[in-house]
Amino acid sequence: MKADIVIVGGGPAGLAAAIAAAKEDSNLNILILERDRELGGILNQCIHNGFGLHTFNEELTGPEYAARFEEQLDGLGIRYMLDTMVLDVASSVVTAVNSKEGVFTVDCGAVVLCMGCRERPRGALNIPGLRPAGVFTAGTAQRLVNIEGFMPGKEVVILGSGDIGLIMARRMTLEGAKVKAVCELMPYSGGLKRNIVQCLDDFDIPLLLSHTVIDIKGKERVTSVVIAEVDEKSKPVPGTEQEIACDTLLLSCGLIPENELSRSAGVKINPATNGPVVNESFETSIPGVFACGNVLHVHDLVDYVSEESGRAGRSAARFVKANKAEEGPVINIKNGNGVRYTVPSFVRLNELEDDLVIRFRSGNVYKDSYINVLFDGETKLHRRKQIITPGEMEQVILKKEELSGAPSEILIEITEN
Amino acid sequence: MEKRELTCINCPMGCRITVTMEGDDIIVIEGNTCKRGFVYATNEVRSPVRTVTTTIKVTGGTVDRVSCKTKEPVPKGRIFEVMEAINKASCKAPIAIGDVLIEDCAGTGIPVIATKVVSPA
Amino acid sequence: MDNSFDVIIIGAGVTGCAVARELSRFDCSVLVIEKDEDVCCGTSKANSGIVHAGYDAKPGTLKAKMNIRGNELMPGLCQELDIPFKQIGSLVVCTDEANREGIDDLYARGITNEVPGMKILSAGEVKAIEPNISDDVVCALFAPTAGVICPFRLNIALAECAAQNGVEFKFDTKVTGIRSSGGVWEVDTGDAVYIARAVINAAGCHADDIHNLVSDKKLHITPRRGDYMLLDRSLDGFVKHVIFPQPTKMGKGILVTPTVHGNTIVGPTAVDIESKDEAPVTAEGLVKVQEGAVKNVKGLQLKQVITGFSGLRAHEDGGEFILEEADGCPGFFDCVGIESPGLTACPAIGEYMASLVSEKLALKQKDTWNGICKDVVKPVELPSEEREKLIKEYPEYGRIICRCETITEGEIIDAIRRPLGAKSLDGVKRRTRAGMGRCQGGFCSPRVMDILSRELGVALDSITKSGGNSKIVTGRTKDEG
Repeated sequence: MKADIVIVGGGPAGLAAAIAAAKEDSNLNILILERDRELGGILNQCIHNGFGLHTFNEELTGPEYAARFEEQLDGLGIRYMLDTMVLDVASSVVTAVNSKEGVFTVDCGAVVLCMGCRERPRGALNIPGLRPAGVFTAGTAQRLVNIEGFMPGKEVVILGSGDIGLIMARRMTLEGAKVKAVCELMPYSGGLKRNIVQCLDDFDIPLLLSHTVIDIKGKERVTSVVIAEVDEKSKPVPGTEQEIACDTLLLSCGLIPENELSRSAGVKINPATNGPVVNESFETSIPGVFACGNVLHVHDLVDYVSEESGRAGRSAARFVKANKAEEGPVINIKNGNGVRYTVPSFVRLNELEDDLVIRFRSGNVYKDSYINVLFDGETKLHRRKQIITPGEMEQVILKKEELSGAPSEILIEITEN
Repeated sequence: MEKRELTCINCPMGCRITVTMEGDDIIVIEGNTCKRGFVYATNEVRSPVRTVTTTIKVTGGTVDRVSCKTKEPVPKGRIFEVMEAINKASCKAPIAIGDVLIEDCAGTGIPVIATKVVSPA
Repeated sequence: MDNSFDVIIIGAGVTGCAVARELSRFDCSVLVIEKDEDVCCGTSKANSGIVHAGYDAKPGTLKAKMNIRGNELMPGLCQELDIPFKQIGSLVVCTDEANREGIDDLYARGITNEVPGMKILSAGEVKAIEPNISDDVVCALFAPTAGVICPFRLNIALAECAAQNGVEFKFDTKVTGIRSSGGVWEVDTGDAVYIARAVINAAGCHADDIHNLVSDKKLHITPRRGDYMLLDRSLDGFVKHVIFPQPTKMGKGILVTPTVHGNTIVGPTAVDIESKDEAPVTAEGLVKVQEGAVKNVKGLQLKQVITGFSGLRAHEDGGEFILEEADGCPGFFDCVGIESPGLTACPAIGEYMASLVSEKLALKQKDTWNGICKDVVKPVELPSEEREKLIKEYPEYGRIICRCETITEGEIIDAIRRPLGAKSLDGVKRRTRAGMGRCQGGFCSPRVMDILSRELGVALDSITKSGGNSKIVTGRTKDEG
């Protein structure tokens, strides 16, 4: 098989990348390989609303948001294969398997990695206790309820107050379950304020900050969990234990970009994001291999995934056409105080589109502080922010003209004044 | 006089806003740090509304549940009545996004519409 | 069903199933009674998966004999039964000059036990073959015949092979009483009574309870809990051998080893507990495992943990395997106190117990017996043309269900349909590895439930994690009532 661009994954990132690439050059032969039975990825199970405010200026549910992209595919001549698992990626050939074709290869000009992320399972959290049925990651529970139409349980404790955990607290409540508590290890929630209010407060579900689960009981099915307060070092405080009878424990304790394919392809990984190191074009360390969406870094808003993936798709299209700009200055982007990572990691000035969007996350909660952007040590931007939290992605947008001086380094930092 | 405590949802600050009310009249709004908080608090005490998103039974389709939502937000106090009405309802495939599945959900005057396509089995 | 058998085996762990397979060579009827829903549900499912060389056990003991013989039989057995097994060798590492003598003692013991090929390696020699070993290494005992095995496949294959040679199995059946009556044994399971000329007690942690139903010479087992951590396959190759600390009286200590599937396993702790059925992982246990691991291996990325689990070892007070006809109970045979090296020893225990029983009952060997049993076909391990052919004929071998371990729908269907097939998520997991990878079934469990429901012809909401009341979901959404 042959394609100009192979897109690995047909979720929000893959769809946006494919469409943007096709719009950049309508002659390109673009193929999406999707491992699930339908396109749309995680959006299919995110039936709540709140998607699309930036992209479409209206509030959509996940399936509606996905459909807005899917309905463009035919018109743009974009092909896709479902139930197809990519086994191996190299810059000019992708190996995959499905039940119709068996194991097959696609010779291609460029690859866009859009595999998304997975949830951190119970085992990776070292939660003590027995191993009965009734312990689910929030996303698995979400799929069971929203797609398969089954209830994971009736009395629920949720560990982790990330957005999926919060959304599932409301979802389980609406479906008749009793959500007894949401425990959060950190002294703050990683979820959006809106979700805390509309998913927990609306239903009087307690959010217990600085709490964790220290024991799971029940031999066959969960019968209770023991929770406890934790100290500054996240260690349980003796004497604060509290047993909560329940049949279900949902875990919303972090997402991990799924980069096994990227790693075996030899793509350089950023340890802070667990995603590939990319440049302004979302190209990885392997020329012609691009990455976008949650496989690159975990996003809070799908609108940002779409925007970023559009850039990746256009870049892949330009790569295939060998429309390479002349080599020019390279600007490194450095993490300053309070900044855990930035995407991209560096910028080739001549390859930049009209503007440069630098997305980053903080390592802590900062109130009444400033985001600074320094070009070679000189402050270019000093913007006050009322609040910065690790749960919400931050961004600075720089116009291409602003970069014309070609600094060798851009530093992003968070300061108190 | 009644005091209502709210958390603003407009940004991660999550300002704790206190609204002092005299019957239906707002006397004072305190704790917000921007205008958006003021507007939020006003709406939230006067007529809080929420869009309900859930699933509904389907017959004759490739799946037997489809995602749906209230076309407009419904009064917050009626969420569970809306859910009950949706849980009792059932619709027939094929279904297109935006199809009206319930005309007037639980007497709110607001329809429930499909948010996903279902092909016939 | 006729309730009379020549032999009843209580317990479908590795011991019971190894005995069942060996007895299936003889012209006799055999029934295996298991309290859980599947084979491999007790000690056999939660252990280190190590085939020990045999230098630990005290010379002259049954533990030593069975270990050596089991180790000898294992490569051939694994060939016959298609069991993943790698003879990677073990290192007992001394990290304190003061304890060097212990290594010499262990070596001497190994020589007495007739362990082949052992060597004491200098610090430099150890570092050369195991680069990530602790810098504190003084010397190590190397035993080339030690290895790693898939304990699930070992247990399942022994059972499948026994079944294909006529052994019957009854699951979800708990023995509540045993009586001697007119020269035969009556085994009571609450809703039925089974008759047998001989009974073999292979009940793991419960073997003392079973024994004490019939014998006045009481036995006592202490469940000894061991916590483990299983690390991601991305660390494959970080350690190359089974790495032990020097042993203590509580056991062989916390080991670090590659598994036969390329994960790294760390553990176990050793804590005596009360419950024979519940083995909770504890926070303290996990801390001990981590401390133990880093003592012998430097730079091990314990953050790559994908799951923690805990197993129970059946420690009998005497500290020895009890493999004999119980005193004053003719025809009642014990396999009691089968703790480490029980997994290694099981082929030998099977052989030994079958010889005792066949002699007692004067059994004759069958003319035809099939000792070969193939594992579930794994497309990912096939040469590409064969894989191609398989998918063409059975398209379900092209549909990946478990993305972390690359397991196809074809493998899951096979695991369900084969004799003694999987009935639960855990059953599928132990037969195919679906759900055993880094996402721990997060993505594939709903799809595996779907396949189980379709293949078994039962409602999806009755699918369990591991039988009994371990239902995964509690019902449908929008369900009235």
